Amino acid sequence: MSLPLIEVRGASKKFCRSLKRSLWYGLRDLGAQLLGRSADRSRLRRDEFWAVRDTSFDLNQGETLGLIGPNGAGKTTLLRILHGLITPDEGYVTVRGSMQALIALGAGFSPVLTGRENIYVNASILGIPRKEVNRRFEQIVNFSGIPEFIDSPVQSYSSGMTVRLGFAVAAHLEPDILLVDEVLAVGDEGFQIKCLNKIGELKAAGTAIVLVSHNMHTISTYCDRVLVQSAKGHELFEDVAAGVRAYKGLVHSGIDGHIEKHCSAAPGIEFFKADIPCTELGLGGDFHLGLHYRAATACDDIEIDVGLRVAGEAGWHYQATNRTFGQRVDLRAGEGRLDIIVHDLRVVHADGQFAIAIWRREREELLFWWRIPVRFTSALRCSGTSLYRTSFQAGDGVGGSGP
Amino acid sequence: MTHRRPLPTATYTPVSQVRSPITLISGMLADLVASRELAWRLAVRGISAQYRQSILGVFWAFVPPLLSALLFIVLQQRNVVNVPDTGMPYPLFVLVGTTLWQVFAEAVSAPLRVVTGARAILAKINFPREALILSALYETLFGFLIRGMLLAGVLLYFGTPFRPRSLLALVTIFMLIWLGLAIGLALTPVGMLVADVSQGITLALQFGFFLTPVVYPAPESFPYLLLATWNPVAPFLLSSRTLLVQGTAGPLAPMVVVGVCLVAGTCLSWLLYRVSMPIIIERISA
Repeated sequence: MSLPLIEVRGASKKFCRSLKRSLWYGLRDLGAQLLGRSADRSRLRRDEFWAVRDTSFDLNQGETLGLIGPNGAGKTTLLRILHGLITPDEGYVTVRGSMQALIALGAGFSPVLTGRENIYVNASILGIPRKEVNRRFEQIVNFSGIPEFIDSPVQSYSSGMTVRLGFAVAAHLEPDILLVDEVLAVGDEGFQIKCLNKIGELKAAGTAIVLVSHNMHTISTYCDRVLVQSAKGHELFEDVAAGVRAYKGLVHSGIDGHIEKHCSAAPGIEFFKADIPCTELGLGGDFHLGLHYRAATACDDIEIDVGLRVAGEAGWHYQATNRTFGQRVDLRAGEGRLDIIVHDLRVVHADGQFAIAIWRREREELLFWWRIPVRFTSALRCSGTSLYRTSFQAGDGVGGSGP
Repeated sequence: MTHRRPLPTATYTPVSQVRSPITLISGMLADLVASRELAWRLAVRGISAQYRQSILGVFWAFVPPLLSALLFIVLQQRNVVNVPDTGMPYPLFVLVGTTLWQVFAEAVSAPLRVVTGARAILAKINFPREALILSALYETLFGFLIRGMLLAGVLLYFGTPFRPRSLLALVTIFMLIWLGLAIGLALTPVGMLVADVSQGITLALQFGFFLTPVVYPAPESFPYLLLATWNPVAPFLLSSRTLLVQGTAGPLAPMVVVGVCLVAGTCLSWLLYRVSMPIIIERISA
């Protein structure tokens, strides 16, 4: 077995939340680098946080690793470390072989130059020699699918056309390692198919690929392993399906204890604690939200919006206020508790989100606003949104269904 | 994709690159060689984009030196400023001086301008970073070619006879450009992090114009003498001018001293640029 093409051991990277301080740290890091000091990189300074923490994996020839996780989990940071754009603060990354990235398609395009001129600039940035571009020029133009615009300035292109042209240039690379960062999100379906086919082609040719995508179908189709990243850490799954499940769990368990930040800054009333006994709801179950508040003065006749969105359904699955049911709600001064219960839910096997908004009297002020992700389970395993009784029977072939 | 060839291997660690100088320097040289084509492309892109979007085109290269020269010609003729003997017609002296200064000033601001303009690709693509500096050199040389036409026109207008020795001015002007680029390169890493640097460069160039014998001859009395002797720009600028007009260079010693410092300074600035790149990229895109 030859050495892995990518070797990541304990790689960590920290970032700074404050711009001014970030620049100041940058100057200090620069000084430390020049003096050859590399200590104190593993300590967090004020306003810093770990964007990537202690990540390790190997990637061999022909393997594809999926990188999934919610926004801000450090996927792009990890890709940039692999690409050698930034250095890790801890651990190390070893890369063997030529590496290319489908990250910034159309990088270095100058808007006033024509598509033709930009092909040469872009190819040059990606390290493709001029000879090679000359040889493949026709191919690149045809692959881009926009031959009639090739002599127009790029600023007259749509964003999709720009990406197509950028991809056409990049697609003619044959790297040992390919990094793909969510480039498929732009472009129409025909273009996406082209991209995916190219990725499949490279994979078959033995290219090691790191693929970042929010599309779980793409991940399941192309990846051999997945690395699930989140703010808390990361986990490597040899089984892609298990990784995708873990990711879905992450994305849909967004409930945190910081109720304060969900409140509007309405003066005179503070919601300081929320009880949500259950966010996994079965058929016929109730959704219960208990809110603890502290009010300086009484808030009489408030209006409470309750809405429910369900994945896969357009618009609101359910939307109403307490006035829909003719219920008057008064919040008394001092500490109190407000309970909101939605009864007898009939959603099966989907992810959903409750939206709660509390208004003072005639909607003159928003007092509280929160979205709560929930998950509707089904009693039995099925993949649709509803479950109907169906019989299955294995026969002996006699009789059958023929006339 | 069979791997019979040895795979290029790169390791990224938190350890300072300065700790392994051989790897660092060989990487710098290899990338310089690898960046030639890209540098050329970037320069062609920059120049053609600049001229394609402009109606007056090269006119803008001529205007700043012409205007400031005109100002001083008028001031001198009205005796508002008293300029000692320059050894050549004052308008010629000033026109050549301001043009040369403009070439130098452009060289100083080129590296930071080019690298800042490439922020987006720097943050996303790993290409030899030396290409940006090389393309700044190409762009400055192109700017000099354009201004060279202005210089030639001025020299012809004043009926300066052509002397083969005047061609030596190409060497001193190249040194002037190199000096400008080295100063600009040294300021680039910090300039990428904080905007104050590019403001500072603009201000320093305005002052530098007056602190350098551009519109007046090199002073010969103390303390003004220092403006010519302790100013690294002065030897090359003065010699370029006298070479072009009279075919004679100034004293060689100051040029050699500045030249030696320049070689060392360029290597250090390049090293600084190289080592600082990952840190800068981290900060400009975080």
